[in-house]
Amino acid sequence: MKKNKLSAENLDLYFGEKQILKNINIAFPANQVTSLIGPSGCGKSTLLRSFNRMHDLSPDAKIKGKLMLDELDLYDKKISVTDIRRRIGMVFQKPNPLPKSIYDNLAYSLKIHNYPKNEIPDLIEQALRESFLWDEVKDELKKPAVKLSGGQQQRLCIARTVVLRPEVILMDEPCSALDPISTKKIEELILKLKEDFTIVIVTHNMQQAQRISEKVAFMYLGELVEYDTCDTIFNHPNNELTQRYVGGHFG
Amino acid sequence: MIMKKWLNSIYWILLCGSTFIVCLFLGVILWDIFAKGFSSLNLPFLIQFPSNGMTQGGILPAIVGTVILTFITTLFSVPIGVACAIYLNEYAKPTTMTNIIRASIRNLAGIPSIIYGLFGLALFVQTMHLGTSILSAGLTLGLLSLPYIITTTEEALKRIPNSLREATLALGVTQAETIKDVVLPKALPGILTGVILTLSRAAGETAPILFTGVAFYINGVSTSPNQEFMALPYHLYMLSTQHNAIEQVRPLAYATAMVLILLVFVLNSVAIYVRYKNRTQD
Repeated sequence: MKKNKLSAENLDLYFGEKQILKNINIAFPANQVTSLIGPSGCGKSTLLRSFNRMHDLSPDAKIKGKLMLDELDLYDKKISVTDIRRRIGMVFQKPNPLPKSIYDNLAYSLKIHNYPKNEIPDLIEQALRESFLWDEVKDELKKPAVKLSGGQQQRLCIARTVVLRPEVILMDEPCSALDPISTKKIEELILKLKEDFTIVIVTHNMQQAQRISEKVAFMYLGELVEYDTCDTIFNHPNNELTQRYVGGHFG
Repeated sequence: MIMKKWLNSIYWILLCGSTFIVCLFLGVILWDIFAKGFSSLNLPFLIQFPSNGMTQGGILPAIVGTVILTFITTLFSVPIGVACAIYLNEYAKPTTMTNIIRASIRNLAGIPSIIYGLFGLALFVQTMHLGTSILSAGLTLGLLSLPYIITTTEEALKRIPNSLREATLALGVTQAETIKDVVLPKALPGILTGVILTLSRAAGETAPILFTGVAFYINGVSTSPNQEFMALPYHLYMLSTQHNAIEQVRPLAYATAMVLILLVFVLNSVAIYVRYKNRTQD
């Protein structure tokens, strides 16, 4: 049994009067890939975004319960949200490179977090290599990042997250805007990254969940219905809803 | 079917005709001014003082006055206006209060400029004891410009997708740093366009400076902010309605109008260039 890296205890989340997450209890093991699956609007992304406190900016979001990174309470008033987001990185559904060069997309956050100037080029090269992007862009690091293809942009966004050496990487449907070849590259990347990082990924693609994850959580209408190993969820789920969902009967 | 085709043609003619009428008026105005003013517009006109009771000489102090006035307006209204728009768009929570503030700012844009002039007279000239001066007039024009600058800046900020803000926030970058390093640079062309269009409008205003500092004639170029000044729009107003020697000053009035239009045109061209440059980058 691996150690749990990230966890939620009795998590309730409301947007205004509407309850989006209902009493979620879940823990993600370190250095594994966990997939969150479920129909649209079931709260997968909302759950993901509550770990790096992206809901802080929505004034009507209200959170109850306990979210932990190791022994650290993520919503403790005393700790800084920027520190949490540095330790828990996030990759979004649509590639969102900054309107800067490829190099500066990675250099920007390093500069903000006061990394020594002379280490920055090496850190960037390492992150781009880890994201399987180095060979494609090493000769044009000064090129605007928006000129890259969609798949390359998404790998750049992953590199941008990786370069800060977070402990956890949250991925919100990172392949939904990409073609199958780019998707395959990102999946290979995820499988390699889990050696160093704990990965939680939201996906609508059942095959993808089966290919990359050790554990799978099925959510429905804001509740965590079933959370088990990938094999159990897809081959002999205990819950009837899970069975119908992974069997393609609704969703 | 034939009926539909007919209707279609009528719509097209109406739309096309409206555009034509707009262009026609613009063309007539420009032609009239340029034809009547061109003979008086030359280098001495631009670099000399008015002489012989305004019937001869140039409009140098009015040009300098308008330039300095616009500069003071910019200095006052752009920082405050942009900061206010950043607050409203990036920080303010969507409460009723925020909406009331936003609606009030929109309404301010609709207030007649003469009211700004009277307000400037009461506030800057009298209450704050700045006197009738280029500073008072600049501040008054600044007040007039604020709602436009706030509104256009807010629109420019609104066009920046949220995903871009999330990108840096998720990297542990603070909100202030995100605004400074990502949002503002990306919105800059839009903000600049709004600012320049607003200022070119302010440069042509007469009513707000009427009571707050503009002078019929000054002896020399104003150098200090507490002096009165000459300005192009007021000079034009004065030449065309308040002068006795109509025949002699009429060409000078047209030439003054030309200079003012050219000045505004240059400002607007900068705005168009900035927008064009931004479009080719995306």
